[in-house]
Parts: sequence; structure tokens; C-alpha cells
Amino acid sequence: MAATDVDIFSNEEKRNLSLGGHVGFDSLPDQLVSKSVTQGFCFNILCVGETGIGKSTLMNTLFNTMFENEEASHYQNGVCMRPRTYDLQESNVHLKLTIVDTVGFGDQINKEESYKPIVDYIDTQFENYLQEELKIKRSLFNYHDGRVHICLYFIAPTGHSLKSLDLVTMKKLDSKVNIIPIIAKADTISKSELHKFKIKIMSELVSNGVQIYQFPTDDHAVTEINSSMNAHLPFAVVGSVEEVKVGNKTVRARQYPWGVVQVENESHCDFVKLREMLIRVNMEDLREQTHARHYELYRRCKLEEMGFTDTDPDCQPFSLQETYEAKRKEFMGDLQKKEEEMRQMFVNKVKETEAELKEKERELHNKFEQLKHMHQEEKRKVEEKRRDLEEEMNAFNRRKVAAETLSLAQPLKKDKDKKKSVKTENQSGVSLSKSKVMMAKASVEPLKCDSWWQAIQCCTCLVHNATWKQGLF
Amino acid sequence: MDAIMLQEKLVERLLCPRVRTSRQKEKQYVGFATLPNQVHRKSVKKGFDFTLMVAGESGMGKSTLVNSLFLTDLYKDRKLLNAEERINQTVEIIKHTVDIEEKGVKLKLTIVDTPGFGDAVNNNECWKPITDYIDQQFEQYFRDESGLNRKNIQDNRVHCCLYFIPPFGHGLRPVDVEFMKALHEKVNVVPLIAKADCLTPSEIKKLKDRVRDEIERFGIKVYQFPECDSDEDEEFKQLDKELKECCPFAVIGSNTVVEARGQRVRGRLYPWGIVEVENQSHCDFVKLRNILIRSHMHDLKDVTCDMHYENYRAQCIQDMTSKLTQDNRMESPIPMLPLPTPDVETDRLIKMKDEELARMQEMLNKMQQQIHDGKDQ
Repeated sequence: MAATDVDIFSNEEKRNLSLGGHVGFDSLPDQLVSKSVTQGFCFNILCVGETGIGKSTLMNTLFNTMFENEEASHYQNGVCMRPRTYDLQESNVHLKLTIVDTVGFGDQINKEESYKPIVDYIDTQFENYLQEELKIKRSLFNYHDGRVHICLYFIAPTGHSLKSLDLVTMKKLDSKVNIIPIIAKADTISKSELHKFKIKIMSELVSNGVQIYQFPTDDHAVTEINSSMNAHLPFAVVGSVEEVKVGNKTVRARQYPWGVVQVENESHCDFVKLREMLIRVNMEDLREQTHARHYELYRRCKLEEMGFTDTDPDCQPFSLQETYEAKRKEFMGDLQKKEEEMRQMFVNKVKETEAELKEKERELHNKFEQLKHMHQEEKRKVEEKRRDLEEEMNAFNRRKVAAETLSLAQPLKKDKDKKKSVKTENQSGVSLSKSKVMMAKASVEPLKCDSWWQAIQCCTCLVHNATWKQGLF
Repeated sequence: MDAIMLQEKLVERLLCPRVRTSRQKEKQYVGFATLPNQVHRKSVKKGFDFTLMVAGESGMGKSTLVNSLFLTDLYKDRKLLNAEERINQTVEIIKHTVDIEEKGVKLKLTIVDTPGFGDAVNNNECWKPITDYIDQQFEQYFRDESGLNRKNIQDNRVHCCLYFIPPFGHGLRPVDVEFMKALHEKVNVVPLIAKADCLTPSEIKKLKDRVRDEIERFGIKVYQFPECDSDEDEEFKQLDKELKECCPFAVIGSNTVVEARGQRVRGRLYPWGIVEVENQSHCDFVKLRNILIRSHMHDLKDVTCDMHYENYRAQCIQDMTSKLTQDNRMESPIPMLPLPTPDVETDRLIKMKDEELARMQEMLNKMQQQIHDGKDQ
């Protein structure tokens, strides 16, 4: 599908030629049609509205099937998106329909963040498509396009005006998706009230600058119907999957005690108008608008964010590749720098740790030395003490022996002392040693002779002689 | 009705010439059976007052319902805010007072409106202004009641609060639950399902069951209709039972009169039919009106006085006395006697002291006994 209708021939000279016969390129649209029919179509609807306002019922009624869905609870903590994809077929046309539900919308007490999940979902779909488009090896014809083509915004039928939440949400969504506002459960508003309500809603939307989807009026075939439908916005719809017998027909309707509201009766509600506009007339235009306007806007913003521009400062057209290359180089440069930094950091850290470890080792060594020293000191001291102690012991033994011998030679001690003293006066310690010898000898029995010559001559056998005892020589 | 007939009979007897045969009957008849009639007369003379609060998101049909209930147009020149003005709207309290009269009975009706409830994008604590208002009224009455001159007390207390639940959802929403829980002990809460003409009868039943379940699950104490006396007739009992099963009421209101079945009735005109507000098979409006006005108005007032106000008063006094013993300041706005505080700490101390005293007493007794014995010996 052409994204833009660029006039291909604008720069060249245009000449109108007339054909001589039937060439056959008037079958181009048919070829296009048959190709797209075989490909199948894809359509994504986003339903935004409070819980219980009738989103699922309306989808069932629009597509005349029962999509499986459970009732949502009112007590969700936040809004969550629930996309479901279905494959439908009518005649020989395949439609891959995705219906995205907003579960929990409008239930919280604080609804300031309620629009965020919705905006995020739409952006994600755009982002995915952009990524696919920018790939080197891409398969766009095979790609399951998840971009939201239409947002049906369900307005509660209060009869007064829009709710504040509605206004805030629609303002956030109008630049991202085609919005069609719908008045839900419209069988609770009478005709006169409905008229006033619609006028009020549209005036509020206009005065707040909310851009809702306008049905295109540039295509001759559908101009009339589209412009008349534009005046009926927002559509007041009633949904029902139950069948009620009215007259002799069975129609989809809601049965009340006071009457039957027929879904497909144009005087009862605008359901038929919605179906016409949404499905039968403008589905393709919606897809185009999504691609040409909303997606392009998103793409432009995203790429500008990334730093791409269409023209560089010299006003020369930049090609995407050059910009991309430049960006890439920059990026790689950044990466390298970072790597360097990290490496440096690593090296520094290692050095630090090494230094620390060395320091510690040194300390330990010192300590060891110290201890060894101390140990030696101690040993030496102990040795000294031991020697001292041994000396003392020896000295003590000698003194002991001396003391014992002295006590043996005690009775001769007087004379000996005299002689000795005489002798010692004249002689040196030789006599002393002699007398010592004698004393040693005489230790057996003390001698009584008063002359040393005699003492020497006598032997022990004479000692007992009494003569000697008296000293009569 | 019975009282009036009784009075008429009595008037006959007293004013007509006495008949011999009826003298014995007269002796047994004292005459205080006319008391109800006296009450009736006095109350008619005094007049009644009733304060009704309506709460719910805007666009639920509150004003329309009030107009339908009291068959007047209270909201003549109302200015509604636009959506962008409501993004940060705060809740206001607006009072409308009207004096209406029916068959000699005067009613001073006050409708308390709460515009802005639930309309802002962030509705945190949006019920606070409402609870503050109710407390203010209680406080005002408390002061008046404890004052010296009690002749002309104006009773502005809110007697009933109608809460409008939107019919578009699957049951109660968090904001509904929070609001009812904040108010159920201050005022009689009567939940209603608004704009019931968007629901088929089976859907109404499902929604009512859902709402009843959720009210029970979250422990919300809505206004309970009192049991009818056992000596009422069967029909009354049957009606009463139906009434109770119908709660919460699914109502439709209308400001316009349409032509239906040859009559002019209040209703809503649709291309597919006419919804009659007073048709019991279309909605529960008639039941609500009966409950609110014809049978239970006074009971609502009684419950407010006897339960909600008394709770408030007790709480208030408790807070005041505990504050007094803490601060030791005589700052009470009303004259009051020093009441024993239900303080846990002092209770414990008192108990301890009591035990000590008891022990000492025992010891004293023992000693005395010993002395006594000693003396004897």
C-alpha cells in the first residue's frame, strides 16, 4: 500500500496521450484487489471504556459472532491491556482481527495514571513496526501488523457531558490513533436528551482541541455519505446478541417491559451507521491513516530523538545510511572508551591489591624476625642462668667437701696450727701441702708426735704405741 | 385513621345525652386511648422536618429522582460544569430547603446535594467533605442540646442518604465501597440502582444480587427496614417481605409528563416505548417512595437520633474527657461533670492500689488478732 501519494511525475514534463485501442492496464486495480484478497487483511480495534459499559457486547454485535471473553472485575489495581486475535472469513476475504480491551479502566479511585498503559501499548506496536522496518533482512509483507487502526471510545450515557477522565484520555490518544467516540448503552437516553448530549460532547471536544477521526470526504464515491455521518458523531449505540421476535421477524434486540429496542433499527440507535462507517466504507481508509499519519508522526519523533535529521547544517539532504554510520561510529567509539576505562580501573585495582599484599607480607616478615630475636635472647639468658647455676652447684660441692675434711682434722688442729703457723712463717705453701698430705694420712688416726721427722718416720703401726703418745723422744 | 374514628366515637358519647344502658360501659372506659390522636394533633401543629442527602456521580439522575419523589422542581437554574472544569473538582455541599404541605401536614424538606462527588480524575478521599458535613451537623446539635436555652433547636442532622450506584457496571466499584464504608456508621445509607431503564428485568435481578453480595462481603451496614409487628395482617407482612427483597431499589426518575395508556403520567418517552416512573413493573420507584415517605420516614429519623447521633455523642464525650485528663485544661465547650475516665492505665493503677490496701488490711487484722490473743493470755 502506498504510504504517500507522491505525484511521481511532478518533475518531468507531463504530456497527455490518447490511446488507440484497449491496452488493458485498467485491470490494475483488480490485480491489486486479487493480490490483497489472497494476502488477507488485518485490522486492529482498541476499545476504551469503563468496566461493564458494553465493549465486548458491541464487538459481538458488530461482527456477528461470539468472541469468548469473561466479565471483568471492578477491583483491578490498574489498567491492563488484553489483546485478542481472531481469524474471520466472509465470502473469500480473510480478516485477521485483533481486539484490544482495556480491563479496569475507570475503576480506580485515583485515575491519573489510567491513560498510561493505553499510550504505552500503542507506542509499543509502533515501535515493533519501526524495528521491523529498520531491519536489514525484513519481511514486511509477512509481518503481523499490530498497530492500532481505530480506537472506539465508549462514553457513559450520563446525559450531561463528557467525564473528566474521558477528556484527559482522549487528549492523550488523539495524536496516536484514530478515535471514534461512541455513546454506549444509548437506550437510556431519550431522543431530545440525546440531541443535546451529542452537541455538548462535540463542543467540549472541539473546545479542548481533541482531534477525533473525521470520515474522509475527498473520495467522490463516499463523500456524501461520509459528510452526513460526520454530523452524527458521536454514534449512540446499543449492543445485543440476543434475538427477539418482533412482528414476524427475529432481530437482535433488547427486551424491556415497556418495549423492544432493536439494534438494527435506525430510529432506535446509530448502530447501523457505526457498522457502515467502520467496516463497510472506511476500514481501508482507517488503516491508511494509521500508517500515513500516526505512524509517520511516531517514526519522525523517534528518529529525531535518536539524533537523525533530514538535512544537515549545510542544508544538504542527509541520507539515512550516512547518519546511521556516523551514529554507529560514535557509538562504537563510546563503547571502546568505556572498555578502556574499565580496563584501567581493573589494572589499578590489581596494583592496589598487590601493594597491599606486599605490605602485609613485609609486616609478617618483620614480626617473624622480631620473634626469632626474642627467642634467641631468651635462650641466651636461660643458658647464662644455667651456667651460673652449675657454677654455684660446683662451688657449693667444693665447699661441702672442704667443710667435711675440716671437721675430720679437728683435734690436731691446735699443734698443727702452731707448727703450721711456725712453718708457714718460714715455708711456703709447700709445707702446708705436706702437712695436708700428712693430715690426709692422719685422717685415719690423729698423730700425737710433736716432731715432724718422727711423724714421718712413724707409720700408722706406731701410732698406737704409747711412747709416741707421750712424746718421749 | 383508627385514632380519628375513635375520637369521633368518643365525641359522640361525651356530647350526646347519656343513655342508661351505656353507663356501665362508660365506667370501664378511661379515655387514654385518645392519646394517639392527641399526638397526631400536636405533631400536625408542630410540623415535621426531614433532611435527605443524595450522593453519587454526576449524571446519575439524582436531581430528577428528587423532583419525582417530591413532585416539585428543586433544581430550576442549575449550572452544570464542563468536563475540563471537572478534572480537579472538589466536592461541594449544597442545601436546598423547601416547605411543602399536604392535607394540613407541613414538612420542611432539606435536600443536601453533593455535586462533584466522583467526578474528578483523582477521587482520593472525595467523601471527606461529606463526612465532615455530617459530623458538623451532629456537633451543632450536640452543642444545642447541651446548651441552656433549648427551646428552638433546629435539627439539621442528615436523616437519610440515598447513594446512586451506576447501572453500567457489573456491581459495586471501589469508590462506591469506600464511600459507603465511610458513611454507614454516621447516617442511614440507602443504596439505589440509578437509571434502571438501561437494564432488562433479568439484568436488574443479576445486578441486585451482585450488589447485595458485595455489600455483605465488604461489611457495609446499609439501612435495615425494621421488622413489622407480628400482629399486622398478612397482606402487610407480604408487602414488607417483598420490600426487603427488593433492596437495592432500581429507580427511574423523570421530569416530564407523558401520555400513556390514556393517562398523563410521569415518564420517559422512547421510540420503542414509554417508561412509566410509577409503574411497579417498570421500576421500584413506587416502593422507594413508600419506604422513604409513606412508611419509614419517621423510622429513619428515629434511627438517626437513637443510633447514629448517640454513637457520635458517646464518642465525642469520650474523646473530650480523655483529652481533659491528659491536658488538665478546662476547655470543654459544654458544661460537664468530671466523669470517671475509662482509661486503661489508671484502671490498672487503681486495681493495684486496691490489692495493696486489701493486703494491708489483712495484715492489720492479723496483728490485731495477735495482740488480742496476747492480751487474753
